[in-house]
Amino acid sequence: MSGLPVDIVKLDGVEKHFGAVRALAGVDFPVRVGECVGLVGHNGAGKSTLMHVLAGTLVPDKGQIIIGAELQKDYAVVLAQKLGIRCVFQELSLCPNLTVAENARVLHPSIAGWGWRRRAGDLIGNKLDEIFPGNGISADAVVGDLSIGQRQMVEVARAFTITEAPLHFVILDEPTSSLDSHRAGQLLSHVRRVIANGVGCVLISHLLGEILEYSDRIVVMRDGKVVAADRASAFSRDKLVTTMGGVAASKMRSTKEAVPRGTTPVRVRARPGKQRDGIELTAHQGEIVGLAGLSGHGQTELLLSIFKGASRRVPGIKVTDPVALVAGDRQTDGIFPLWSIAENVGIRSIRSLHRGFLISPELEDRFAERWRKRINILTLNMRNNILSLSGGNQQKALFARALGSEAKIVLMDDPMRGVDISTKLEVYDLIRSEANGGRTFLWYTTEMEELENCDHVYVFRNRRIVADLRRGELNEERVIQSSFEEVAQS
Amino acid sequence: MSSVNGAGAVRIPLAAFKAPRRFLRAALPALSFALVLLGIAWLNPRAISYFGLNLMLNLGIPVTLATIAQMFVITVNDLDLSIGTFVSFVGCVAATWLRDYPLFGSAVLLGGICVYALVGAVIHLRNVPSIVVTLGMLFVWQGLAILVLPKPGGKAPAWLHDLMNFHTPYVPFPIIAAIAIAALVHFGVMRTSYGAILRGSGGNANAIARAGWSLLKTKVIMFALAGVFGVLSGLALIGLATSADANIGKGYTLLSIAGVILGGGEFVGGRVSPIGAVIGALTLTLAGTLLNFMRISPDWQVGAQGAILIIVLAARATINRIDGRTA
Repeated sequence: MSGLPVDIVKLDGVEKHFGAVRALAGVDFPVRVGECVGLVGHNGAGKSTLMHVLAGTLVPDKGQIIIGAELQKDYAVVLAQKLGIRCVFQELSLCPNLTVAENARVLHPSIAGWGWRRRAGDLIGNKLDEIFPGNGISADAVVGDLSIGQRQMVEVARAFTITEAPLHFVILDEPTSSLDSHRAGQLLSHVRRVIANGVGCVLISHLLGEILEYSDRIVVMRDGKVVAADRASAFSRDKLVTTMGGVAASKMRSTKEAVPRGTTPVRVRARPGKQRDGIELTAHQGEIVGLAGLSGHGQTELLLSIFKGASRRVPGIKVTDPVALVAGDRQTDGIFPLWSIAENVGIRSIRSLHRGFLISPELEDRFAERWRKRINILTLNMRNNILSLSGGNQQKALFARALGSEAKIVLMDDPMRGVDISTKLEVYDLIRSEANGGRTFLWYTTEMEELENCDHVYVFRNRRIVADLRRGELNEERVIQSSFEEVAQS
Repeated sequence: MSSVNGAGAVRIPLAAFKAPRRFLRAALPALSFALVLLGIAWLNPRAISYFGLNLMLNLGIPVTLATIAQMFVITVNDLDLSIGTFVSFVGCVAATWLRDYPLFGSAVLLGGICVYALVGAVIHLRNVPSIVVTLGMLFVWQGLAILVLPKPGGKAPAWLHDLMNFHTPYVPFPIIAAIAIAALVHFGVMRTSYGAILRGSGGNANAIARAGWSLLKTKVIMFALAGVFGVLSGLALIGLATSADANIGKGYTLLSIAGVILGGGEFVGGRVSPIGAVIGALTLTLAGTLLNFMRISPDWQVGAQGAILIIVLAARATINRIDGRTA
């Protein structure tokens, strides 16, 4: 063996597109024997996509995968497993209807024949006890009955079990997101032990402290590219945050003076179910309130419970006026794909578009036409099918649906994902003018520039509000800091 | 760093608390079976005898087999609407070709099983809803059954008739058959190592595929098994009825779905119970008898069976609600 460390895995110039979205734009990613690489980046930076390529669950459009110094062709999951690559994915991949032992067996085809149950149970039980002493999880427990934290422990332990295939490389994608700090510490110490035996590891975590403490090297990704890669000791928390966020974006626009709160009546009061301190979200008439933080940290849930709270009693939620929701996932929650644009726009206002018992086509046309002009939907005929529009224009139609209704409060569930910039700017102006007209907007967004349009921003983490920022206090670093770390009591 | 999330530690006692509920849910099918049996015993004590049970549970065997067939399909999150007419088709073949030309008849039944496997493959490969495909197959099997036996008639092969009318000592044959079916399927689906993969593909297909298993294989196997048990159900039915009719399996589709659900199975998520399904099928069979004893006219019996189903499912939903689960 030469003195130089050997690369266990190496990705060269990997590119991956999802439709028009470029998730990975030529990424080089080597990991050496006995090295833990911390991988950080904001939402949509391409970390998870990169790991799926490495695990063989996604085939890259371009680039090479080299594992154990050999170029891999026809790389796929089964081959990855034979080569000793294991992964703990962000979205849990256990079967909830099977027991812990049965789930262990799923990963190990060699456990079969008489007594397989006991062998699988011993395998996973011993590994659980080794990594998480005193875990109290029975191998016969059905996974669906376990808490989310216990499930994550099972999933992690399963990735470290060994039967026939060797263990050379472990991908840990947010392995600690549902673990408390004690369990997270146990896991990460185990990772260090395994690495000492020559296993390579990639650690993705939103807790920058974990990354800094447990990685040998840190790779920062942004917009599908690696923007920085260096020894862990070369980074500090602040340096990581600035590298992740980008320099250009840190200049904040402060075009408008912060409106003092409380001059207009309160429209929405909402407290997330997990909130234990007194912080709650309030939105006044005419305000644009931003919900920030990493995706999946309870923002959508809170919007949905506010939506519910408008029509019936929900504990912790007070809503004074009718609400409308602009869905984030346009295809599944937003459009009616078989309907025309006019029907899609009019559905929320159907009560004002009927004559007698029937929907009046003239009223519907007039309504649709008014909104076509108002919001500039690019179509010749509003009676065309909604799918004839481009994605951005479909989204405009959904905005028209909400803004055309009688709702005084508009909830937006990250609706601008994948929408081009010019459309975005048009919609931002529209939202601002509607807010000036007295409407209230609650806007969940994962994009920093969109938060600049907000009068007030609440940052979410672990289904709780962890920061409450006025317009003047808002800047990208504060948002990132708060979404990545428990904020000191303020 | 302060605690990130205390839920992991706090929730452990909750899991322990769930155990009795799980037991209650598992015991529900047996409980409803016992209730129906008690009702019969109360209305007509003489029915609870060797001959009485034999008579009442006889028709439970084909229903049980069809229910198990349906259970295989439900395990992989699909639904088989064609099982009833498939049973009719098998019955018609058994009462004609299988009796007159045993080799040809067997080949046709084997072909039926292959078609079932093919249906599973089509559903997986083309990603079409199983309801659509099996709804189509419903009419195919119905048509074939009428082609084989245009008017009621035919005769069961002697061996089949003898087998189904076999009198075991002490314990009635249908009970022994039901226990054997339940034990066999429970072992295959719940206890073998590949059975875990089959159920897992209903619980989280992605996870199974990511671990390197073929989802095509699991689906084909489950549909083929459904075909096998559909054939057994048709044969058992003809052995009891001695002659066939193109509509003889009518009602088995809904009965089999009801049996699986009554037995504790769920439509999605790979949560099934072979023992529960057998008990569910027998409960539905006995429910008909109970309603007879209650002098409810056959016109109302289907509705009354539905009512029993709703009551049991409501009980389960209540248990689940207390449990805090959303299922």
